[in-house]
Amino acid sequence: MRRTRIVFGLLAAGTATLALASLHARITTAPERARMARSAALVRAVGLTDLALFTEARFTRNPALADLQTAFQDAPMSFEHFPSGTFAPRPAAGFGRGELRFGPEEAAR
Amino acid sequence: MTSWLRRQRALAEYTLAALARRRIKNTGLLLIYAMVIFVVASATLFATALRKEAEVVLAEAPEVIIQNLVMGRHDLIPGDVIAEIDGIRGVASIKGRLWGYFYDRLNGANYTLMVPLDPAMAPPAGQAIIGESLPRVREMPWETAPLFLSRTPGDLVRFDIAKRLSSDSALVSTDLILLNEANFRAFFELPEDVYTDIALSIRNPREIDTIVEKIGRLLPNARLVTRDEIARTYQKLFSWREGIMVLLAGASVLAFVIFAAEKASGLSAEETREIGILKAIGWDTGDVIAMKLWEGGLVSFGAFLLGTVLAYLHVFAFDAGLFASVLKGWSVIYPDFALTPGIDGLQLTALFFLTVLPYMAATIVPIWRAATADPDQVMR
Repeated sequence: MRRTRIVFGLLAAGTATLALASLHARITTAPERARMARSAALVRAVGLTDLALFTEARFTRNPALADLQTAFQDAPMSFEHFPSGTFAPRPAAGFGRGELRFGPEEAAR
Repeated sequence: MTSWLRRQRALAEYTLAALARRRIKNTGLLLIYAMVIFVVASATLFATALRKEAEVVLAEAPEVIIQNLVMGRHDLIPGDVIAEIDGIRGVASIKGRLWGYFYDRLNGANYTLMVPLDPAMAPPAGQAIIGESLPRVREMPWETAPLFLSRTPGDLVRFDIAKRLSSDSALVSTDLILLNEANFRAFFELPEDVYTDIALSIRNPREIDTIVEKIGRLLPNARLVTRDEIARTYQKLFSWREGIMVLLAGASVLAFVIFAAEKASGLSAEETREIGILKAIGWDTGDVIAMKLWEGGLVSFGAFLLGTVLAYLHVFAFDAGLFASVLKGWSVIYPDFALTPGIDGLQLTALFFLTVLPYMAATIVPIWRAATADPDQVMR
């Protein structure tokens, strides 16, 4: 029975570590929330719109404001030039959602 | 109940002894299995934490951004547009944003130069507020060392440092250089009364769509980006990146699946004989299947625990060091940020069912086939 004791002990220790990790996540919630609130205050004061995670090119620094088609700007079949641009998905709604209208009156309707 | 427990314990003991007989093979299996779970769990934890950070922090972004488009490209927007839009009911405040990029020829980094929307935050003339990465990439020798920027060969503009932004907000501010409006316009030789774009704050969030529609009619050439669209871009970006990381791990997952299926479903001659002997000495089919279930359960649960705990440490204690190079791409500046630790119970459960159950299931079918056969036939 020694072997089961050791292995079950190890599994219990693993489960306890996972529980500790989740406890750690819970304990750090309050200070982390305060940190994120400070970041959010900075976003509001400066008027930021994007995360500074990918600074390699203009459209990767500000993906929310970049042209939708920048991912294909070099040539229709070319691969994206910047590595992080490769990971940018195409817009969810697809390109173009408008309708054709003739004249300003119809457009206003 | 006690006898059932005792029986299970005896089965587990036997299983462990059988596993110990093929120690190297089974340890290898456990480690590879744990590594696969580690990669998938790391990607999941990392993307979830980033998504949450983006959601909370960017909730304070301007409600609507108005960009001027000229020949299909983003262009400067004239300041008189502000007065035009100011009349629309529901708009709480409207401000021109001044921001631009600066490529540093010294180190190849791209900085974002910006004038804070809140005038109270703007630094005094000749001074700058800089993000956390600037002292690092410019190797500034002391705390108040001035920042020199060179726009063209021979040109040198000096900014004294008013403040360094804390690394707490590195994820949004790492590459920022905040200037006041006069310094910004002088640095980029920008004419008066033009802005990069316009930021709108709207009193009632339910009115955003109506106001966007009104502005669209007023400025048919403009592109309007709402805060919801910004949030959606990031949610999608991180889901996509998470998918890419899992896809990169896909090759190893596939190799593992083949390995596990081979190990679990194809019984070796030795194992088949073992089952035959067990049946010959009086074990029934249920015992053999229970023994193999124990084997699958112990290996996969052990690998799950090991992989998940290591992934948590990797993402939240070591700042996801293995993913940094994927995210960094070719950029010189990469924020030195820590993510908010969090474990999503639902994701963890999904990961558990996706990794532990298939392995256990894969062990059952061939064992059942061998265990129901005649011992004499199996041993032959």
